[in-house]
Amino acid sequence: MEDCISTSALLTTDGVPLKQSLKKAERKNKLRAFLLVFPLLLFIIVTFVMPIGDMLFRSVDDSQINGVFSNTFNEYKKWDKEKDVLPPEEVYKALFEELAYGEKIQIGRALTRMNYSKSGWKSLIKTTSREIKKAVKKDELPNNYKEFLISANDKWADPTFWYAMGQMVNNTTPIYYWNALDRTYDQDQNVVMQDEKRRIYIKTWIKTLKISVYVTIFCLILGFPVAHLLANLPLRYSNLLMIFVLLPFWTSLLVRTTAWIVMLQQNGVINGILVWLGILSDDGRLQLVYNETGTLIAMTQILLPFMILPLYSVMRVIPKSHMRAAQNLGAKPATAFWRVYLPQTIPGMSAGGLLVFVLAIGYFITPELVGGKDGKLIGHWIAYHLKTTLNWGLCAALGAILLGVMLIFYWLYNKIVGIDNIKLG
Amino acid sequence: MNDTSQSFVKFEKIDKSYDGEVLVVKNLNLDIAKGEFVTMLGPSGSGKTTTLMMLAGFETPTNGEIFLDTKPISKIPPYEREIGMVFQNYALFPHMTVEENLSFPLEVRKISKPETKEKVQKALDMVELGNFGTRFPAQLSGGQQQRVALARALVFEPRLVLMDEPLGALDKNLREQMQYEIKHIHDRIGITVVYVTHDQSEALTMSNRIAVFNDGVVQQLSTPDILYEKPENSFVAKFIGENNTLNGMVTDINGETCTVELDNGFGKVKALKINVNEKGDKTQLSIRPERVTIDSTNPEANNFEGKILELIYLGDHIRARLNVCGNNEFIVKVPNEGSFSHKEGDLLNLSWNPDDVRALDI
Repeated sequence: MEDCISTSALLTTDGVPLKQSLKKAERKNKLRAFLLVFPLLLFIIVTFVMPIGDMLFRSVDDSQINGVFSNTFNEYKKWDKEKDVLPPEEVYKALFEELAYGEKIQIGRALTRMNYSKSGWKSLIKTTSREIKKAVKKDELPNNYKEFLISANDKWADPTFWYAMGQMVNNTTPIYYWNALDRTYDQDQNVVMQDEKRRIYIKTWIKTLKISVYVTIFCLILGFPVAHLLANLPLRYSNLLMIFVLLPFWTSLLVRTTAWIVMLQQNGVINGILVWLGILSDDGRLQLVYNETGTLIAMTQILLPFMILPLYSVMRVIPKSHMRAAQNLGAKPATAFWRVYLPQTIPGMSAGGLLVFVLAIGYFITPELVGGKDGKLIGHWIAYHLKTTLNWGLCAALGAILLGVMLIFYWLYNKIVGIDNIKLG
Repeated sequence: MNDTSQSFVKFEKIDKSYDGEVLVVKNLNLDIAKGEFVTMLGPSGSGKTTTLMMLAGFETPTNGEIFLDTKPISKIPPYEREIGMVFQNYALFPHMTVEENLSFPLEVRKISKPETKEKVQKALDMVELGNFGTRFPAQLSGGQQQRVALARALVFEPRLVLMDEPLGALDKNLREQMQYEIKHIHDRIGITVVYVTHDQSEALTMSNRIAVFNDGVVQQLSTPDILYEKPENSFVAKFIGENNTLNGMVTDINGETCTVELDNGFGKVKALKINVNEKGDKTQLSIRPERVTIDSTNPEANNFEGKILELIYLGDHIRARLNVCGNNEFIVKVPNEGSFSHKEGDLLNLSWNPDDVRALDI
């Protein structure tokens, strides 16, 4: 009988294959389910998948400059650097023509891009352009473009600029990633470290990771007892406590951050109290804000609920009888906690930890306001390049690395704890 | 009942209050002998679980002392009492396998690995779960979890095992099967068991003695048969088994028996004098349904008529609800011998022996 069921295709009473019949019956439900989630799917594609895709694309995109200087770059690729010190005449001619007849706005944008590779490009092209425009106006096209350009600016006889052009002749470029890691190209096109004084990103990356890890640890240490109380107090107390935990959510982030500045500054509340208590002397006031300490304190407070809530939701369902059972079986309260209670909170700890860490690593407003000069995180530089230098390629690369770091942590977490162990409610 | 030297567990003048206003347990005195299976039976809120928790060490008596093996244990923390316990919802640790759950009490006692392994296996075999050691509790059925909880409470060879409504979450068949299993395990290893339940049939099945709790007081402490057949007050009579009641007033007392004049002039009943003191006392008479005979007269006394209000066919017997002396809930169990031909609305002749009627408090 069992064999019969497993080997031959099952038929319905009407003789239609069962699978086919089932599919037909389910089709309507599936369609309805799909239509129900479709708006959400669309929303996610438009607001999440597409922007991230665009960001990843921008982080390597070099097509704009390749559009402006397409002939120049095509000729450039034919240059045999072993044989000739300088590129052949065709390169100079193409460059002349593209600067002479190209769209001004496009050339301007390309110049900005060229300056990322090597400073000096902008002024070089600008002075050259001026001479080219003059010549074109007088209708005097040169016989020898190479000589004309070199006479317009003698840097055109300097191979280092020509070598630097080599970084831009492809439609994609890794330069933004190298820049985001404090690296650049030397004149031989090798990737090297930036000048010592221009290295800012690696330092900031390490600081960002460090502060995020610290914030996560502090949130865990501070959040665990609170979550435990929330889960175990009688209802009327736990409701009140829950309101205190949620209160920050009802207050503007800016207000909370500003409040921390008031609290922490040298003439602020905390220093005032410490001096008044005689713990600090008046000129020994602590520098608690506008540095890493300030960032750490403010971020811990602001992200604390994100640790407490997942922990609470997990602790709430751990039966109280477990601790009793453990003690009844002979375990001292500490052992019972360590062996029976704590392991059961791991899903909450990991959910909260991952949540806080991911939020912390990309945090912007709070470190920006209380961080001062050395409490700023990588978000600061992303915003800086986005708004001030308009170097969106570098922005995108920084963002992509941030995304990558998060994915690495996610992967590590999955390896060590297992993603199934996350529990938010 | 037993003197102190014989009792293994002794509750002495235990009072317990949580809020300083209401006593949950009042003046509890209870002796449990070694190897005995004692059940605390009572409705919810009667103080039985509180009593158990005091014995386990999770609650402190407000007054009085509990002795275990003649030593006072109020100051001993739960983890040093060496008392096993099966919790209401088993309290198996979900992150540990069955084996790890069972090894836990042995590990915290620093028992060597090989010995632990052996004891765990023995305990698992005892509850017939020898091959389930590597599973997690969530992968077991309710009945299997229950057995694991039982094995875990026994594996470290405690002096005493407490069970707090351990079968409450199981379905009826499984519950009955587990009752026998627990009883057999108790018979086999001879450990002292204190069992808490609100299910009287469970208590009757398993226990050597039953303490019936109500309102924080032990109403009666006896063996199951005595409890059923000779309840000492109306609460016990009502709580254990089915019970017909008739209210009246004592008019005459004659040694062990008395005569009761039923309210509203329904006649006189001869009954055993149990919980009444003197003439004129108000009393509630208790008669078990199976002790009422129909269609025959009793030469001594207690012959009445009842009108059939409802007949329910139950296979082995017919359950008749009658109006007897103004009581509309008077139940009689008629054995199904094929000769019963009465219909609803008929009048039946009823009688009962004076020895089967108990005059109790009201």
